[in-house]
Amino acid sequence: MSSVTIATLPREELLAPGHRMCQGCGAAIVMRHLLKALGKNVIIAHATGCVEVTTTLYPETAWRVPWVHVAFENAAAVASGIEAAIKVLKRKGVIESSKKVKVVAIGGDGGTVDIGLQALSGMLERGHNILYVLYDNEAYMNTGIQRSGATPMYAWTTTTPAGKVWRGEWRRKKDIVSIVRAHGVPYAATVNFAYITDFYTKIRKAAEIEGPTFIHAFAPCVPGWRYEPHLTVKIAKLAVQTGIWVNYEIEKGVFRVTTPVPRRLPVGEYLKLQGRFAHLTKEEIETIQRIVDEDVEYINKLAGATVIGPVERKG
Amino acid sequence: MGRKVIPLSGNHAVAYAAKAVDVDVIAAYPITPQTAVVEKLAEFVANGELDAEFIHVESEHSALSAVVGASAAGARVFTATSAQGLLLMYEIMHIASTMRLPVVMSIATRAISAPINIWCDHSDFMAASDTGWVMFMALNAQEAHDLTVAAYRIAEDPEVELPVAVGYDGFWLSHTVEPVEVLDTDEALKYAPKRYRRYVLDPERPITMGPLASPDWYFEFRVQLHEAVEKSREVILRAFDEFGRSFGRTYRPVDGYYTEDATVVLISMGSASGTALAYVEEARRSGVKVGLVNVRQFRPFPEEELYKHVERAGVVAVVDRAINSGSAFVGPLYSDVALTFFKRGFDIPVLDFVVGLGGRAVTRRDFDEITRRSLAYLGKRMRDVKQHYAFIGVRE
Amino acid sequence: MAKLPGWRELPRGAVILEPGSSVRYKTDSWRVLRPVIDQERCIRCRICWTYCPEPAIIEVEEPYTTKTGRAYRISYRIDYDYCKGCGICAEECPVKAITMIEEVV
Repeated sequence: MSSVTIATLPREELLAPGHRMCQGCGAAIVMRHLLKALGKNVIIAHATGCVEVTTTLYPETAWRVPWVHVAFENAAAVASGIEAAIKVLKRKGVIESSKKVKVVAIGGDGGTVDIGLQALSGMLERGHNILYVLYDNEAYMNTGIQRSGATPMYAWTTTTPAGKVWRGEWRRKKDIVSIVRAHGVPYAATVNFAYITDFYTKIRKAAEIEGPTFIHAFAPCVPGWRYEPHLTVKIAKLAVQTGIWVNYEIEKGVFRVTTPVPRRLPVGEYLKLQGRFAHLTKEEIETIQRIVDEDVEYINKLAGATVIGPVERKG
Repeated sequence: MGRKVIPLSGNHAVAYAAKAVDVDVIAAYPITPQTAVVEKLAEFVANGELDAEFIHVESEHSALSAVVGASAAGARVFTATSAQGLLLMYEIMHIASTMRLPVVMSIATRAISAPINIWCDHSDFMAASDTGWVMFMALNAQEAHDLTVAAYRIAEDPEVELPVAVGYDGFWLSHTVEPVEVLDTDEALKYAPKRYRRYVLDPERPITMGPLASPDWYFEFRVQLHEAVEKSREVILRAFDEFGRSFGRTYRPVDGYYTEDATVVLISMGSASGTALAYVEEARRSGVKVGLVNVRQFRPFPEEELYKHVERAGVVAVVDRAINSGSAFVGPLYSDVALTFFKRGFDIPVLDFVVGLGGRAVTRRDFDEITRRSLAYLGKRMRDVKQHYAFIGVRE
Repeated sequence: MAKLPGWRELPRGAVILEPGSSVRYKTDSWRVLRPVIDQERCIRCRICWTYCPEPAIIEVEEPYTTKTGRAYRISYRIDYDYCKGCGICAEECPVKAITMIEEVV
């Protein structure tokens, strides 16, 4: 595989403008580059979610590739059917056997780690030749910022408000990639568009590998995370620099961190830009720091080396 | 070539039909009493007798979702279910019809929980009656086979493009072995040829399916669906006629027996119609002027065909195998029948008898009781009927 | 508003036949701040183009030579029909060649 540079990203846009994703939407950046990385020979099965509704407001579509939405919890099952159809129709000569088509399922965090988890598990376990892409904006943003299984600790959402008793979400984010990995898939990876060449390399790898592959994409949400729209990429980068998000891949069971961070920034640098964490006390931020430290320790253990370093304390 | 008659259960009769039309993708999840359909199909695929992709889905929701996806990609698809499985599919049933995907599904009818009960009634089938699917109910295993083959011709007709469900009574038909004349693939495909639809998912022609429709657009697509279901009436009749010409068995949306001069007309669906017919023949011999209508096509509801058989009756007794508690009609079949009459200014007593819930046997004695109770209303008008429904065969 | 088509005229099952037809919908009215590229300062690094969520930054085969004599083969243009004014481009530009100015209606 030739190495990707920013200069080699394809110019052709397979996601058209005119979509109604928010100003500065992180998921929009994910979708745009996902399609560029995949190219035209794909069929997309999309779960219900913000991207789905904002890109296909009848009678117009932002998609320049074949695309289908059926419901919220079943993108993986719909994709399974499409993949099976292509397989058998090729065998029966209805579709030319040399035709290259990759089936890609896309879901948000609600559609993937919560309501769509069962269908995803089925798809992974049955070994379909499908790439599943999760764009994770860490809550049900389409319905107006309700917590999901992917909402991080202490985040404010409309169903985990910060009050006298509640301090935002009080449970840790579900580790979806570990769940995916437990299915023995040939490839699973996390991506963050602030590291765009890593993003492309992994999507292309995941698309080329035969079998069920999984991409977990970081997708900052302007209204849901409560920050100014110009900060989307900055926040995405800080997520990696603070170690709250780690870019890694698991290929044939081998774990590898693809964006090493020798010196981490304190997680507060990431949190302070976002209104969803604005209610936190110093102690609560320390708690989040401890959780990140624990997660980093686990990652380093999997990697077999200190690829994510200690926090660099300023001043 | 030559067709062969072999002993088959209703379930296996359906599986043979799916094989005869050379389905491309099968996705189904085990549930009693349907399971044997997909077991048999798995066997066909395993033995190389049927070239299809068999998706071992993890739920009925995914079963229907997977065949919806496969259908959107241009494949001929099949799924099967019962009861709770059908309820799990319910969300996707509406989507399949409005997206105009010609999915074919068999339903071995079964009672809905609670209490959990694996035996026959029509609660599941009736729960799907508002989903925009074409729906048939078979009278025996042969019909289950034939209607499944016909379902593909109807579903994929360019004037229709709708999903079709074929019901047949759980256990009474699904597990009862009868002689069934099995169609072979050549003749079944001649009758129901595979068509390449207008809109399929294909990178060479990138379309978007299943978009968001605002109040400016949504209504139009529901009306499109409604009109397609209405349009299917004539396509079904043509498909049945052609079936008759090809295979010698001609089906109609309803069957009437002894309705010409009947004082009481029973209206029934599914295997109970067989029992009812046996009763009617017996009653006729002792001079009771009772007739029977078997409803084969439930959606779209065959009002005209049904009405012809009851025009001269004094009382009509609808036999329902499901219940809609709290509704004005109680039995779901009754609602369609009663409205058919109401729309035509018909004012004879139309009674509803709920029978056989959860697999309780429906016997000739039950039909005798229904007939006797109905005769008591002879000469009366609907407004004289104090309670229009009764439960037959239940303990007080 | 023009009369919308009736159910008979619409493609069956709400299928949308024209790929990328969302281009018909302009999102310029969402914009409060307007990005302006200083072609003199721009180093053609592609960062703004990369991070535009619309996309509303177009890479064009338009040669440009700066006053100091640096020659570029390509240029970047903002597509003001679609730019929602999020300001990511200005924030991420490594040489501060993009400024956000107030939109005047």
